[in-house]
Amino acid sequence: MPILTVDMTAGTLTAWRKRVGDAIMRGDIIAEVETDKGLIDVEVFTTGVIESILVQAGETVPTGTVLAIIREEAGAPVSVAPSAPVEPIPAVPPAARLAPAPAGAITEVPGRLRISPLARKMAAELCVDPASVRGTGPGGSVTREDVERAAAARLQAPARPVEPPDRQARMRQLIGAAMARSKREIPHYYLGTTIDMFRAMTWLAEENLKRPVTERLLPGALLMKATALALREVPELNAMWRGTEAVPSPAIHIGVAISLRGGGLVAPALHDADRRSLGDLMTGLRDLVRRARSGGLRSSELSDPTVTVTSLGEQGVETVFGIIYPPQVAIVGFGKVVERPWVVEGRIVARPVLAATLSADHRASDGHRGGLFLAAVDRLLQEPGRL
Amino acid sequence: MIKMTYREAVRSALREALRGDPRVFLMGEDVGRYGGCFKVSHGLLEEFGPERVRDTPLSESTFLGAGIGAALGGMRPIVEIMTVNFSLLAMDQIVNNAATLRHMSGGQLSIPLVVRMATGGGRQVAAQHSHSLEGWYAHIPGIKVVAPATPADARGLLQAALRDPDPVFVFEHSALYGVDGEVDEGAAPEEIGRALIRRPGDAVSLITYGGCVGKALQAADQLAADGIAVEVLDLRSLRPLDTPAVLASVAKTHRAVIVDEGWRTCSFAAEVSAQIMEGAFYSLDAPVGRVCSAEVPMPYAKHMEDAALPQVAGIVGAVRETLGSHG
Amino acid sequence: MAGADLPPADREHALELLYQMLLIRRFEEKSAELYTLGKIRGFLHLYIGEEAVAVGAMQALTMDDGIVATYREHGQALARGIPAGPLMAEMYGKANGCSRGRGGSMHFFDVARRFYGGHAIVGGGLPVAVGLALADRMQGRPRVTACFFGDGAVAEGEFHESLNLAALWRLPVLFLCENNLYAMGTALERHQAQPDLRLKAQGYALPSEAVDGMDVLAVEEATRRAAGAVRLGGGPFLLELRTYRFRAHSMADPELYRAKEEVEQWKSRDPISLFTGRLRSQRLLDDADLGAIEARVAGQVDEAVRFAEAGPWEPLEDLTRDVYTPVHR
Repeated sequence: MPILTVDMTAGTLTAWRKRVGDAIMRGDIIAEVETDKGLIDVEVFTTGVIESILVQAGETVPTGTVLAIIREEAGAPVSVAPSAPVEPIPAVPPAARLAPAPAGAITEVPGRLRISPLARKMAAELCVDPASVRGTGPGGSVTREDVERAAAARLQAPARPVEPPDRQARMRQLIGAAMARSKREIPHYYLGTTIDMFRAMTWLAEENLKRPVTERLLPGALLMKATALALREVPELNAMWRGTEAVPSPAIHIGVAISLRGGGLVAPALHDADRRSLGDLMTGLRDLVRRARSGGLRSSELSDPTVTVTSLGEQGVETVFGIIYPPQVAIVGFGKVVERPWVVEGRIVARPVLAATLSADHRASDGHRGGLFLAAVDRLLQEPGRL
Repeated sequence: MIKMTYREAVRSALREALRGDPRVFLMGEDVGRYGGCFKVSHGLLEEFGPERVRDTPLSESTFLGAGIGAALGGMRPIVEIMTVNFSLLAMDQIVNNAATLRHMSGGQLSIPLVVRMATGGGRQVAAQHSHSLEGWYAHIPGIKVVAPATPADARGLLQAALRDPDPVFVFEHSALYGVDGEVDEGAAPEEIGRALIRRPGDAVSLITYGGCVGKALQAADQLAADGIAVEVLDLRSLRPLDTPAVLASVAKTHRAVIVDEGWRTCSFAAEVSAQIMEGAFYSLDAPVGRVCSAEVPMPYAKHMEDAALPQVAGIVGAVRETLGSHG
Repeated sequence: MAGADLPPADREHALELLYQMLLIRRFEEKSAELYTLGKIRGFLHLYIGEEAVAVGAMQALTMDDGIVATYREHGQALARGIPAGPLMAEMYGKANGCSRGRGGSMHFFDVARRFYGGHAIVGGGLPVAVGLALADRMQGRPRVTACFFGDGAVAEGEFHESLNLAALWRLPVLFLCENNLYAMGTALERHQAQPDLRLKAQGYALPSEAVDGMDVLAVEEATRRAAGAVRLGGGPFLLELRTYRFRAHSMADPELYRAKEEVEQWKSRDPISLFTGRLRSQRLLDDADLGAIEARVAGQVDEAVRFAEAGPWEPLEDLTRDVYTPVHR
């Protein structure tokens, strides 16, 4: 099918003017083709005999399709055949594309912050100092997302022991903005279960008898370890949300939610919680609480957590469903250990029980996986000696 | 340094060119016997004769095309199209030949053609005689476009155009011909593509060219009385545009207002604004403003025409607006 | 203007004319084939049927004279002596094309041979030709600028402006109107109130003549006379060459506007057949001669295709090269 008009990519062969076996000469009209410009005659450029016809009248085929085979007669003038029907024209290599560069380079003014107008506005609203924000926009400029991220991190910024009143208000604002964003953007789902803590508490009591007072373990240590080990089994709850997907974290650093005197909350990391001994975890917990309340936390501790655990047992709350700290994808909640009626081998007994909850990002996991996680926590807490 | 009018400055450059290079000749409507519609070529026919100063019939397309052919044939023609309004008849020769023949032939030829045109409105000559279309010409790759605002530049840029191997279009605002200025006849040659700071400042960059430079300077005077130090940048050359100068000014002032007598939509000011956005985005404290002609064919009645064109009051207003509560 | 009575100057010259016409004919046929294969893209306007005009007229011009032509300029380019290889490569879009592949079929340029295009806007070349002639006159050079254009261009304002200006300033332009009776799809009598085109010259007080464009010797003779007059400083001349294109306006044209009978009638006056017939009857040409010429032409066309096939593509980095002339300070 020849190319007969400027943009032709296909044609309809409307009629053959010759038949198989006909002798044809160069310049003869062999067929008629319908194009968007109308009916156009197809001429042949060789002399010979039509050996076979491959496309029937009425068929529409792309240009370049072989319509018929012509056997060239010996002695007929042989013209130089071009190498291939359509030679590919070099594609535009990315490097050769001309970038729409302005004639002048972007002028740098020393001392002037590169921040977009939108980000500047947001920084004012969230009371973030633009100069302190790390920019990820073009040329290292500060974007809206950078400001939001900084605002969220500010929540975990170490609070001074005595906060001037307006600082408190600002912190409330920051927390509020971050939590609002979390709720707005993350599709939370919630699961809860009640765990029989009889074995855990019994073991804990016995264990603590063997330890000096300063090294005694609190139930929190068991909960942290169980959480960490359970996360090994359900790693999608230990991931970071990066734009369009959850990226599993290689290590398990539990962010421990610690309330601050005077209001506010931080959740610094208990690093590698799955690999540390209970005693080590306990020491770490004590240290975090002390430094959180005295303003001695390191910034890496604030940005390292891969999951958060919040426990309001001290406050007497039985069940807590937390709000996820982005870019994490889960927050585990533990309530107070309380004595409740429990069924053991068909009889009702009093047992210490604990409500464990999971608030998780439905983009990264689903109820089934979440359920497996809570089941694992339960299972692990039934064998406290192996934690 | 001599004080002379804009038209005298153009005439002196023409005279010097005609004297100095036998390849140079001037052709256009009424450039000879009439002395030029704006009296620019007054006296040149008498001095140089009808071969060097040629009156043409009213055939813009053909005499501009003949200018292209003559340049190809080794001459250095200066084609005068009486005003930009009539240049529309020659658009095909300009776009499809003058701008195109070099690239399309694979670099085999250069067209050292100079085309001068009067441009602009403000003299109550109504819609068909008041256009400012230099922005259209600045759109076309293959030609160069300059717009001198002072007598010194009228002379200097015409000299530069005559030395350029490619087609250069010189737009002379019709309201400037009688304006006085200092001209140094021994000055070094001007450069096409270089803007000039007419008045340094630090509050706002007032970027403009041609007939609006004077209005911008007047606006700057008014604002200075209120302590606002406006920087006035005269582009002088629309294609190529001195983008580094524009960006440097905005980097300093953080605000820009562009004054352009073309209609606002798809104006040359829009191009400058886009370049500022691309190159100085992070330097801006406010959106870039534009003061252009209203989107109407130029009316005849004076009060209407005045309202349609950029005026000093409008420029002052635009500067204050960009300064916001600071202004 | 009775071309049939004109004796050929000599056999060698006659065979040269025949060779040139056959070269154009076979080159155009090959171009048509390559277009259907997608090697040549865009627009392709074939000169088949009009060969006598380019070949005959070019005999009257020296290598010093200038030429401006239209988008149907393959005949003029070949007759001017631009080698077929760079012309074919130009249509392929290759960097070894006469315009570096920038122009394609409609924009052949060869400034060294004073061939100034290759113009795609109907009537757009006339002012440029006027300007080239103006430069020659102002610099005292006794040379001619030949401007080829079609009957369609006679309707454009630039035709009238250009004839007027050339006549007014007595410029050495040879206006060559190739009247093939159609402006694309519109027949002459449907676009010209006065279809006798040579009469247009009277409106501008310049001399004119009409010639049988299918008779290469008549074309040559008329053009020599006209060019001679122009060269002597007599001002411009309008020559109307009455011819016919055997193919469509371009490759994309289904020719709905003319009857096949009309085409066949004109084909009976094929300029190449007419000329070979006359030469045979005058015993200046036999089968062996014709065979030799065809073989020579075939070899050149094949070589042109090879040249084009082998040519490189212009590198993308050169895209913005030659928009402006580089200036060395």
